[in-house]
Amino acid sequence: MTWRPILLLALLGTAAPVSAQDAPAPAPPPASAAQSAAEADPLVVDIEGGISSPMTVAVPPMPTPRSAPTPAGETGALGVRVADVVAGDLRASGLFRPSGPAGLRAIGYGEVAAPSYGGWSPAQALVQGYVEANADGTLTIGCNLFDLFARAQLASERFTVQPADWRRGAHRCADAVYGRLTGEDPYFDSRVLYVAETGPKDRRVKRLALMDADGAGHRFLTNGQTTVLTPRLSPDQRSVVYMSYVGKTPRVYLLTVGTGEQRPLIETPNMTFAPRFSPDGRSVVFSMAVAGNTDIYRVPVAGGPPERLTTAPGIDTGGSYSPDGRRIVFESDRGGSQQLYVMNADGTDQGRISFGGGGYATPVWSPRGDRIAFTKIGGGRFRIGVMTPAGRDEKLLTESWHDEGPSWAPNGRAIIFFRSAQGASGDARLWSVDLTGVNERPVPTPLGGSDPSWSPLLSR
Amino acid sequence: MKHLALVSALALTLAACGGKDRPAELAAPGDGSAADGATGAGTAGAGDAASAGPGSAADFERSVPATVILFALDSYELSPEARMVLDAQAAWLSRYPDVRITVEGHADERGTREYNLALGDRRANSAKNHLASRGVAPGRMTVISYGKERPVAIGSDEAGYAQNRRAVTVIGG
Repeated sequence: MTWRPILLLALLGTAAPVSAQDAPAPAPPPASAAQSAAEADPLVVDIEGGISSPMTVAVPPMPTPRSAPTPAGETGALGVRVADVVAGDLRASGLFRPSGPAGLRAIGYGEVAAPSYGGWSPAQALVQGYVEANADGTLTIGCNLFDLFARAQLASERFTVQPADWRRGAHRCADAVYGRLTGEDPYFDSRVLYVAETGPKDRRVKRLALMDADGAGHRFLTNGQTTVLTPRLSPDQRSVVYMSYVGKTPRVYLLTVGTGEQRPLIETPNMTFAPRFSPDGRSVVFSMAVAGNTDIYRVPVAGGPPERLTTAPGIDTGGSYSPDGRRIVFESDRGGSQQLYVMNADGTDQGRISFGGGGYATPVWSPRGDRIAFTKIGGGRFRIGVMTPAGRDEKLLTESWHDEGPSWAPNGRAIIFFRSAQGASGDARLWSVDLTGVNERPVPTPLGGSDPSWSPLLSR
Repeated sequence: MKHLALVSALALTLAACGGKDRPAELAAPGDGSAADGATGAGTAGAGDAASAGPGSAADFERSVPATVILFALDSYELSPEARMVLDAQAAWLSRYPDVRITVEGHADERGTREYNLALGDRRANSAKNHLASRGVAPGRMTVISYGKERPVAIGSDEAGYAQNRRAVTVIGG
């Protein structure tokens, strides 16, 4: 084999066509062609639809310039854990096959910036970092990325964090590696808000829960006394909107995470639900059912009268803003079945964008703006799919008895959703999938999980 | 205010723990003490459980053919049988003009969460509107949708779905 990959990864990004569901997928190039192409062209980690095997990356334990105790542990031991988090993030993306830190040679601190390029086979890339305790009590996590074939350094980053936030430093290192090797925006340093589920199907207990995107730092935000549904984070992550049955009055509440203060989004005897923040965080779009008819409204977070955006008879719900805040995608059964529509943020110019068979529900606009993810219902199956805001290039990414409720990763290149089991248990679990549809995997949670909401990047 | 109890709970970042905060809504089916629990099929709320006399929830259950009406898939149209049941409920309610009711709307699990909330609201309002057309003052009636959150049948089969696509008339509210 004459692999000579250069880890400068082409960005297929928006240039890559997403094949429509019914169109034949582009055939993978023959292996020989791929190999010969690799001689001249950069190795491609194709985020969207390519057929490529995961890139191998070695992540040896991260040494420390001097051992020191910290609230997060001794710096040398911490270096192993940081490397483990980095490798875990890369593995979870499905685009990389990391090795280490277990089973790899411990490197010396002097090697961190001057690696030994040999001896890492079959790895194509190498991540070497370090953990240093600073005099002011903070930690510095170093993070270097090397191309083992070109013998070149591709990235060198340092992240200074409080000891309690050491995992965030590791996530930022993994994000740096991911970003450099894929050309995409980072997403590991983020969180997921969701509904934790326990108990039998007909008496399910539901609690708001928040965790890091890799499942660490899990905590409950409500105690389960009251059913809660569909939580969504504000863009600045300081607020949550969600639906609660407290007082047997199902409606949307606005919760300030830091203080725990909350209030109904609007005062009304009608059911309010399906809330979502505008990209600037100043408004919430939501649904309200009035005498059996559901429409979409918008209200300023600071208060004020709600503005009605839809008036068609039927169920209009699931509003989600475009990242520029100028348009809203939503679902409506005004045409007889659940379909996706787009309107201006003031409710004008409403037009249908989904025309396939079956029903389309729970649309969410990608933070990149280039795709809308949805739940597709049909043939006794519930699937997660994506299409362009114009309704083109529909691609179904998952299929099961019941997949529902997609939410985008901060970079718009992966989706978290929930999958419910058929039968008397009805257990719901969180899953993620990337835009290839190939990298589908469960997201570990301590209990069952549903209604996930993926946060923006924490370190914007 | 009851809402404020939740506020303080939210303020806490509760550690995952088992029994301590096991919620009250795990109470037995039909126990109306649950914070938000819908009633099951044929079981009225326990708000007036002490009294089984005329005008009570128990009297209502004894006096009407059913407290539950069923709907077809993704439909909120009242069947002839549902109308007959609601007519009987309206007749009973006309004898006890001070009794308030809550009409719960429910959906089967084969829909998305938010759509099903709206669908449950449609079903509850269908029942409410029919009762109103038979003389029950709208001000006596509260509607609430549980979407697919409170099935009475937990199997993933058509028989179960048919039971779950329902509106339930509950005394109280």
